[in-house]
Amino acid sequence: MLIGEVVGSVVSTKKDEQLESFKLLVVQVRDHGNRPKDQYVVAVDSVGAGPGDVVLYATGSSARQTIITKDKPCDAVVMAIVDSWDVQGENVYEKWSE
Amino acid sequence: MYLGRVTGRLVATVTYPGLEGVKLQLLEPLDEGGQRTGEQLVAACHLNVGPGDLVHYIDGREAALVLPETFVPVDVAITGFVEQLDVNGRAIPQDVQPQDAQPVSDVGSKAP
Amino acid sequence: MMLCDVIGTVVSPSEQTPALDGRVLLVVRPVSPTGQNATNKPRVAIDTIGAGVGDRVLVIDEGNSGRQILGAKDAPVKTLVVGFVDEVEMGGRVVYDHRAGR
Repeated sequence: MLIGEVVGSVVSTKKDEQLESFKLLVVQVRDHGNRPKDQYVVAVDSVGAGPGDVVLYATGSSARQTIITKDKPCDAVVMAIVDSWDVQGENVYEKWSE
Repeated sequence: MYLGRVTGRLVATVTYPGLEGVKLQLLEPLDEGGQRTGEQLVAACHLNVGPGDLVHYIDGREAALVLPETFVPVDVAITGFVEQLDVNGRAIPQDVQPQDAQPVSDVGSKAP
Repeated sequence: MMLCDVIGTVVSPSEQTPALDGRVLLVVRPVSPTGQNATNKPRVAIDTIGAGVGDRVLVIDEGNSGRQILGAKDAPVKTLVVGFVDEVEMGGRVVYDHRAGR
């Protein structure tokens, strides 16, 4: 699993029919210290995440282990919204801090 | 899959069962302009390609699926010989020399 | 999946793994959502939607998904163009619109 921030969404009308019904999010990858990397993943949403949310996503065959992506051609899925996150005892992210 | 160029051959007599007779080639990954993008790799090859050829290759678990025996420990394999490559309307020539071409030492001669 | 620009085509009819026979191969470059910068080295992808040079597309790069889309069991395929990007939205703003020509 990896951590990223939802920064946007993708609209695609012409696509493989097995991908229909997927909500596609653009996720910008974060490093362990919550710093954004210049790396993006388009992931299927399974938890109702939206722009601004820091999320956990899974890639590869693990991405098919949710009900909506089961047996579907999908290589990345957002499967959790992060509330807080600590590294070596220090809080690096708190969703409700604002 | 990625673009690459075959730079040399590699011979290994002792291999895991299932890899007997599978050719091993050295290749360098290329970008769309024919420039090298990373370290050289050793790729399994079941096609008729050789040093200097522009190819495409696959990595990961799928690499073994290129070979006749598909349950083998291989993570890079050549999937095709590129006859024509057009990028942004520009054709990349097949005959650009590999950047790392080095004389191939004889099989059996030990490196120092 | 990743956002990519189609930048070229590859033809390798005479010498290729049989799973690629009859398939159209495209050179694609991963791009950031705004499309301004390339984020990774180019890949060779199998076309499944009729994309062409200049299109922004969705690319899947995982074997099992690829084989499922092509319906090809045990085929050595991994990188596929699976969708045509109409719009990318970031922070409530459309940063890429196919009809507007980006």
